[in-house]
Amino acid sequence: MARLTPENVVLAQEIIDRYPRPKSALIPLLHLAQEQDGHLTDEAMAHIGDLVGVTSAEVLGTASFYEMFKMEPVGRYMVNICTNIACQLLGGEELLHHAEQRLGIRPGQTTADGLFTIEDVECIAACTEAPCLQVNYRYFHKISTDEFDQLVDDLASGARDDIPPHGTLAEIRQHIPPERKAGSVVPEDSTVPVWIAAAEEADA
Amino acid sequence: MAITDAPKIITGRFGYDDSHTLTRYVATGGYQALRKALEMSPDAVGEEVKTASLLGRGGAGFPAGVKWTLAPADVWPRYLVVNGDESEPGTYKDRILMERDPHQLIEGVLLACYAIGAGQAFLYVRGEMALAQERIAQALNEAYKAGYIGRNILGTDYSLDIVLTWGAGAYIVGEETALIESLEGNRGMPRLKPPFFPAAKGLYMQPTIVNNVETLSNLPWIVNNGGEAFAALGAENSRGTRMFAVSGHVRNPGVFEVEYGVTTFRDLIYAPVYAGGIRDGNQIKAFIPGGGSAPWFFEEHLDLPLEKGTVDRAGSMLGSGAIVVMDETTDAVKAALRLVRFYARESCGKCTPCREGTTWLERILGRILDGNGRPSDLELLMDVCDNISPGLAWPPKQTTICPLGPSATAPIASALSRFRPEFEARITAAEEARTSVPVELKAPTHA
Repeated sequence: MARLTPENVVLAQEIIDRYPRPKSALIPLLHLAQEQDGHLTDEAMAHIGDLVGVTSAEVLGTASFYEMFKMEPVGRYMVNICTNIACQLLGGEELLHHAEQRLGIRPGQTTADGLFTIEDVECIAACTEAPCLQVNYRYFHKISTDEFDQLVDDLASGARDDIPPHGTLAEIRQHIPPERKAGSVVPEDSTVPVWIAAAEEADA
Repeated sequence: MAITDAPKIITGRFGYDDSHTLTRYVATGGYQALRKALEMSPDAVGEEVKTASLLGRGGAGFPAGVKWTLAPADVWPRYLVVNGDESEPGTYKDRILMERDPHQLIEGVLLACYAIGAGQAFLYVRGEMALAQERIAQALNEAYKAGYIGRNILGTDYSLDIVLTWGAGAYIVGEETALIESLEGNRGMPRLKPPFFPAAKGLYMQPTIVNNVETLSNLPWIVNNGGEAFAALGAENSRGTRMFAVSGHVRNPGVFEVEYGVTTFRDLIYAPVYAGGIRDGNQIKAFIPGGGSAPWFFEEHLDLPLEKGTVDRAGSMLGSGAIVVMDETTDAVKAALRLVRFYARESCGKCTPCREGTTWLERILGRILDGNGRPSDLELLMDVCDNISPGLAWPPKQTTICPLGPSATAPIASALSRFRPEFEARITAAEEARTSVPVELKAPTHA
């Protein structure tokens, strides 16, 4: 558990090749590392730095800016409870307090069994479904305290295998077939696009 | 009241369970606009969008067709960046568009890039939206395979790669220059404008057009039906239709696509076909008309139409189409604090007035709510607000690079101007509690 696995290096290279500048792949690659290990290890960040050609410090400089990247291990299930305005109006804070009581932890903490971390998060764009929460970034709408307890029980008993462990986002990845790929457009290539040039020629 | 039977331009496929698939998209007229556009010149496509008077749907409301013409002539390459980093409090529309009709967005991207001459587009989806990322990845894979994206699209000389990319949790990345920084692998901190207007100097310092998801999702309909048909809907500067999320204390919260410019706040909040009125027969206390950054509106604003110019002149904004309704049971101090806390947490820290100002606003409001407020606090709050946004004018003046800091002052100025007695009552109670408790002097227990 450290550097990216050989399989993930292949994926990483495919991602890097989509961008005109390798550093643009940094955030997607950090997600890949977090999917692999559940959080970001120093070794993975150093490895990613090598892959995109920046120092470990630059990788950390970017990673530490973003909420979703965790530098320490977190629970298998990250439970993000929204308390922003639309959810606050409909009981988001009460839901958060209930979660604290139920799991015996405060936001940012992880249960002793390593199963759950809770966070008090900002608006997650499900305002008409308040109060809402996400488990590993999967949505749960209009959650009552009873439903919350049921969800926790189901997660703990393994009944929710539709929710992958923390770190996994989309389970379908983009794949550009090589024969269809138009190719990255690099800033150094300052030629007029073919279809624009053709239209200009037709005009003239 | 003006509830019209305007067509559903962007939400028309939401009724289908498989609305996200290529099969359904093509079966319901999908990629016809692309075929049509490829028969037109790039300029002609741009003209249709200009004729449509399509305003950007991300928040600022800048005309999309005009934005496209701001890229300097003969500077290549150009890029298109799709802003799918929806995070403004109360906003819920781009996520549904990405989850339920990803091909419509992709076709919009194809049309935009054809018109502006971009050979590569980056579709930046908010990090927390796993399903949207998955649906877009799947749709891109399908569309590449079918020949709609990639090299020599549909056998023409138009080639485009669309790259799905995603964030990792930062509201500020919704600001277009911060989004570009993030896309370059950096911390999402806004760039100073000028000189870094993205249309001139954006991604990798090249001309870059940044468009919102909803904005681009309108393009297939506009190209299919013509800019004039789009402009025939709506009123004044607000044309076509628009999605609004109505949340908070309403009977039937929901996301509704309505005719822009003519539908009123009262229609959306009270009509049975929309949000259905205030819950439990309560009275409305206030509502946020356009996302957390918008100054609040009150009962007297209900009959204003959802029209950009009208709402701007009334002292607020339609912003990102997020209407949050608060009924009489709402604690104005608590609501204001929650919004301010958002800006304090999300400030990137680059500009001092925002970094320090939002933090202090949160602390002062927090102590008022906790029963430790001081009589001087209300003046202090307004003073800090004034330091972030001088004069608290509308549209706000900035002492900062981007509008995040000034946005934090909106809820406080709104709540204080309308519900000042609620703030004063908490401070008075705190004062009384302080003076009525006799101070008990105890001898030290240790020798």
